[in-house]
Amino acid sequence: MKRGARGLLAGLVWLGLWALAAVWVGKELLLPGPGAVGRTLLALAGTGEFWRAVGGSLWRITAGFLLGAGLGTVLGAVTAASRRCDWLLSPALRAVRTVPVVSFILLLYFWLPTGRVPTAVAALMALPVVWRSARQGIAAADPQLLELGEHYRLGLWKRIRLIYIPAAMPALAAGWETALGLAWKSGIAAEVLCQPKWAAGSQLQISKAYLDSPGLFAWTVVIVAVSLGLEGLLKWTLRRWREEGEP
Amino acid sequence: MKAEHLTLRYQDQTVLSDLTMALPDEGITLLAGPSGVGKTTLLRVFAGLLSPDEGTVSVPGRPVMLFQEDRLFPRCTVRKQVEAVLPGERREEALRWLELVELSEAADKLPGELSGGMARRAALARALAVEGEVWLLDEPFAGVDPQRAERILKRLKELDRPILLTGHAPGLEMWCDRVVALPGERG
Repeated sequence: MKRGARGLLAGLVWLGLWALAAVWVGKELLLPGPGAVGRTLLALAGTGEFWRAVGGSLWRITAGFLLGAGLGTVLGAVTAASRRCDWLLSPALRAVRTVPVVSFILLLYFWLPTGRVPTAVAALMALPVVWRSARQGIAAADPQLLELGEHYRLGLWKRIRLIYIPAAMPALAAGWETALGLAWKSGIAAEVLCQPKWAAGSQLQISKAYLDSPGLFAWTVVIVAVSLGLEGLLKWTLRRWREEGEP
Repeated sequence: MKAEHLTLRYQDQTVLSDLTMALPDEGITLLAGPSGVGKTTLLRVFAGLLSPDEGTVSVPGRPVMLFQEDRLFPRCTVRKQVEAVLPGERREEALRWLELVELSEAADKLPGELSGGMARRAALARALAVEGEVWLLDEPFAGVDPQRAERILKRLKELDRPILLTGHAPGLEMWCDRVVALPGERG
């Protein structure tokens, strides 16, 4: 059986189990069935508000991820290159990694407009993960190639492009993939708590407030689908990069 | 090129011991000697990549080393390997160096698509393209068939560059301008 068909079959099995569990529970408030969730999803998809909320979350959280991943990559390079910078920055970045996401959300809620909190939280979650992988990847650059770059007097940009980036990419790609999932989940959590306008997280909170279980499930399905879509896009981009040579 | 009273130790082992030798700075010189006698070490000292524990070396101008390992850039085609060491305005020269080592047809191949001999010739083309005054080629024909090695060496002679090389290819000593044996025992 092909991989796609196997995945589809597994999905159908789980949908069937979900439907059976919903019938067994017998209360839509506690566990709505896939049919009810599907109908709610279709009804939502027909409204402009749904697309504005999805677009708002996508923009906010992706911007936060890009900010955190970009800064994490740069800081990874800086701490791999300089012991002093590593000594100064590493403890702070390790601390950021261990602080609970809710603490950041509540703190930033005081400091920033509600619409900016999910972006900042997503950036803070992505930053230490990407920093760590970039630092490890850059430190793993082949010493023989570095010696060659020095001996052949290659400029800094050529060394970065031809030696450091290919060496760092496997660890960096893994870090970006982990950070994207983390940024998306924490960004949605920040939206739930801060309730910005046009946000999937805010819609989750509204569904909860109105005891609208099918709505809650439908929004969760949307959030998971967007997260998987983003992850797929990142994996596709990285795969293309790996397959293509230096332009 | 000169080495005077050169001594170099590595991990409690003396690799070169009070070596004094003068090498002509023209034509192609084969540095001969059994494996482990210190040929690579001597080339690295001449290239400025190793500092001797005692003694001095003098090299007329900038030395360019072909390393014993191919050390190809992982994501670059053969052409890009050579272009990478050329200044922007001289990038077109890459093809000339690839022709010299008979690798023009593989110009668009990535390192993973090359045989051992092809990778060696790509590394050689790249080293030759680097601007310098003396070329130190460590095993330039490892994995290259002898007939091809002979043709490449003839073209190298036409370049009229000072080249010091090592290698074990059959007939290599006949094609070089001179052979200098490195004294010492197998390490």
